[in-house]
Amino acid sequence: MCMLHLTTGRVGCLLSKQVVVALTSSGARMSSHGHHEVSDSVDMSQPMYWDRLDTPLPDRPWKDVLDSTDKSLKQKEKGPWTALSKEEKIALYRLKFNHTYPEMKRPSHEWKTVIGGMFIFFGITGLVVFWQGHYVYPPQPHTFGEEWQAKQVQRMLDMQINPIEGFSAQWDYKNKQWK
Amino acid sequence: MRNWGGRVVPFNWRHTVYGYVQICYTPLAQRCYSHGGKPESDEEFDARWVTYFNKADIDAWELRKGMNTLIGYDLVPEPKILEAALRACRRLNDLASAMRILEAVKDKSGPHKKIYPYLIQELRPTLDELGISTPEELGMD
Repeated sequence: MCMLHLTTGRVGCLLSKQVVVALTSSGARMSSHGHHEVSDSVDMSQPMYWDRLDTPLPDRPWKDVLDSTDKSLKQKEKGPWTALSKEEKIALYRLKFNHTYPEMKRPSHEWKTVIGGMFIFFGITGLVVFWQGHYVYPPQPHTFGEEWQAKQVQRMLDMQINPIEGFSAQWDYKNKQWK
Repeated sequence: MRNWGGRVVPFNWRHTVYGYVQICYTPLAQRCYSHGGKPESDEEFDARWVTYFNKADIDAWELRKGMNTLIGYDLVPEPKILEAALRACRRLNDLASAMRILEAVKDKSGPHKKIYPYLIQELRPTLDELGISTPEELGMD
């Protein structure tokens, strides 16, 4: 399921990749499930289908409303499986299961949504911060000015602030410059 | 792993939580025991599961329950257990579940790519006898 509230630019196809099978399904398959879902909620009193890597065999088959071709295939399944063609075997699998394991494990594109959303928020925050700096903050104290700062540094050197390891230690008093 | 007649035969695969395959040459006491007593050996574990799936009149629920439980364990099942499970699928006329079981054990092997080919190698006689195609043969991988 998509955890993120998506911005308008990224909705749609990304959501469809995260569909929980028992809740929704592609339109073509709706009728073959035999669900009677008036609302979006699942009837938990009925056996459910699921695609889970750790639980391979769900309580009910994917397609439980079989048409006549499916029924005849199921009859054929009762005989020797060596008599089944590849297509029939695939069809039998698809009757019982929705996604194969590789399909379950397919990578989603969710990370793009996440990173993109992250950057959008950074951008918006950046704009807010910039606007704030311009419109909200009071003027800087006068002690931040170039002239004042220069005088401050000179005073600190005159007082020999941290003369051994720190500030004044970096000043070469003989040659009147930074070391 | 032993090399035996050109085929590589791991004696016993155990897939621990951190993804290291522990290869045991002696029966290791690894199974849990709920109320004291000797821990179950690997052979006992395997035998128990083979018996479970070999039940002649196993029903679909029992097959599902058994497989789902087995896949929940922290191990890849031995070929003999899988063979019993596949034969149970045959008795239940359920080819799709047989294929699903193969997919599930491949997934259980995780990063250890050699386990699944080994299992298929061991199960090949059963697969041919019952007419079960692997997902790879059907292009479903």
